[in-house]
Amino acid sequence: MGAEVVIEGLTKSFGRQAIWRDVSLTLPPGEVSVMLGPSGTGKSVFLKSMIGLLKPDRGSCLINGVDIVTCSEQQLYETRKLFGVLFQDGALFGSMNLFDNVAFPLREHTRKSEAEIKRIVLEKLEMTGLQGAEKKLPGEISGGMRKRAGLARALVLDPQIILCDEPDSGLDPVRTAYLSQLLIDLNAQIDATILIVTHNINLARTVPDNLGMLFRKELVMFGPREVLLTSDEPVVEQFLNGRRLGPIGMSEEKDAATMAAEQAHAAAGHSDGSPEEDLRGIVPQIEPTPGLPERQAVRRRKDRVMRILHELPPAAQEGIIASLTPEEQRRYGVRAGAHAAGRPRVAVPSPTPRTGFSGSLADTDVANLPRTDWGSR
Amino acid sequence: MTARTARPMPGAGALRETGRLFALGLDVAVNIFKRPFQFREFIQQCWFIASVTILPTALVAIPFGAIVALQLGTLIVQLGAQSFTGAASVLAIIQQAAPLVTALLVAGAGGSAICADIGSRTIREEIDAMEVLGVSPIQRLIVPRVLAAMLVAVLLNGLVSVVGVMGGYFFNVVLQGGTPGAYLASFSALAQLPDLWISELKALIFGFIAGVVAAYRGLNPKGGPKGVGDAVNQSVVITFLLLFFVNFVLTAVYLQVVPAKGS
Ligand SMILES: Nc1ncnc2c1ncn2[C@@H]1O[C@H](COP(=O)(O)OP(=O)(O)O)[C@@H](O)[C@H]1O
Ligand SMILES: [Mg+2]
Repeated sequence: MGAEVVIEGLTKSFGRQAIWRDVSLTLPPGEVSVMLGPSGTGKSVFLKSMIGLLKPDRGSCLINGVDIVTCSEQQLYETRKLFGVLFQDGALFGSMNLFDNVAFPLREHTRKSEAEIKRIVLEKLEMTGLQGAEKKLPGEISGGMRKRAGLARALVLDPQIILCDEPDSGLDPVRTAYLSQLLIDLNAQIDATILIVTHNINLARTVPDNLGMLFRKELVMFGPREVLLTSDEPVVEQFLNGRRLGPIGMSEEKDAATMAAEQAHAAAGHSDGSPEEDLRGIVPQIEPTPGLPERQAVRRRKDRVMRILHELPPAAQEGIIASLTPEEQRRYGVRAGAHAAGRPRVAVPSPTPRTGFSGSLADTDVANLPRTDWGSR
Repeated sequence: MTARTARPMPGAGALRETGRLFALGLDVAVNIFKRPFQFREFIQQCWFIASVTILPTALVAIPFGAIVALQLGTLIVQLGAQSFTGAASVLAIIQQAAPLVTALLVAGAGGSAICADIGSRTIREEIDAMEVLGVSPIQRLIVPRVLAAMLVAVLLNGLVSVVGVMGGYFFNVVLQGGTPGAYLASFSALAQLPDLWISELKALIFGFIAGVVAAYRGLNPKGGPKGVGDAVNQSVVITFLLLFFVNFVLTAVYLQVVPAKGS
């Protein structure tokens, strides 16, 4: 099972420019999480801080009990071996062809024979749809191909934690769909903890177990996908629907005058660029390709979410309960619409909710959620 | 917001940069002894740096030897010590001119190429990727380049010495009417072997400085491809400044420590 990542109070600034403050979240082991955010909110900086490439001003990032921010160089190198990282532009080595790029980690860190390396590399290249391109140099292929090759390289050591920086940018919608499927299949196969940073709404709606959003130097929210997908938060609503109307502007800070002017335009019938229907709402999650094992994370997450159900906002609760089968609703002791009577009722997990799968974490650890206040919004 | 940021002390930035430059130099020195040594990269870099520096160095060395010979020749005639022209010009060329010419060319031609290469790798996030894959970019990329710069500097230094001395001899004997015998005799009367050693030692140190400064600026470009251009520019200027300073220190120490021959 993938490693758990616990981030507490992480703060980063470059000189006087604050990037984000007090980001706290937990990536539950083996689950897929997506971090949304408009361009320039520091998503890439966030990923780089998680792997110790940038040094945050404050806070901690615990991976298997090792704090990346304060640990020794030696521990840092050891911990990084758990990671597979896809950088925003692939970050391939320009002087090596695709085969050597993907083979690089194997040649550095394993004693595999060249024949075995070849088998693994070709398998990963085929997985990412790059068969036949292994002799090409990174400068000779499109951005989308570079990105997929970068992913192949990140996967080659079977990492426990996979970080993807905008895997979809530069890819067409069809390739993005394939890539989403690939990430879910991967999760089913190796049960790695995955964090994807993106501004692709479709990916955010269909891929992750957990969804978060960075905006205006803060983590707006982070939690089970249903919470963000049903949120009434203006930023979230605007972002999910891709509208101009709302707190997000062309530049980072949108002033009140611009907002008022846009409001007036919209009232006068000028389209604000949003689709007709509201894109919020819970849509079914992508499942692994038939024939692959079931995703372990789905069951773990269900138990975890049911345990904290009473802390979630009503819309999210409703969505979660509606997504359960009647049998599961019985098992967890919840009914559709049950929360409606004022204070939501506490969902009591069935006496032995954890039978049938193996988790190595104590209940309290799995249920640990970042300090968020969406219950009060 | 709430935390008041103290006004940065003037000059603090420069101090910090200097500190980080030294830290990198130390890192490089430590990593030189880390196995596996990147032999292929080292050979490639040696070849590359040599190929961009040999011709310009030779072309600069000839007139340089001539200038020194001419200038010293005239001066020494005025002082009435014609017989020592050979020794004076050889010492000047080997101890001062050769290491500096070498270093300027290694920094200007080799260092700038290293800086541009490392810089573009940095902005393409190749360096980050390498680090995340658990491979030290210093050991993998920087050490072979610095060592290559050092080796090429030492070899070029020999080349410049030979070409420069020959140029000086030619000008002194053929054009200024000096006698070959006096030239050579005075040479062995005043020059000594440590003069050659200090020359090579200087070249070695200058090669190290050129390599480390180029790598440092390449690893820390400010903002995008334009930043790499600026970094290359700065790396050459910073190297020159450092070289002349270090040369001054080395020369002063050498003149104090090693007694001049015949005195
Ligand atoms: N190395 C750096 N030095 C200074 N500022 C940086 C650096 N890296 C990123 N930034 C700044 O951080 C902000 C966020 O950048 P980034 O993380 O790339 O955004 P995103 O990935 O969300 O689009 C930008 O304003 C950028 O200028
Ligand atoms: Mg980014």
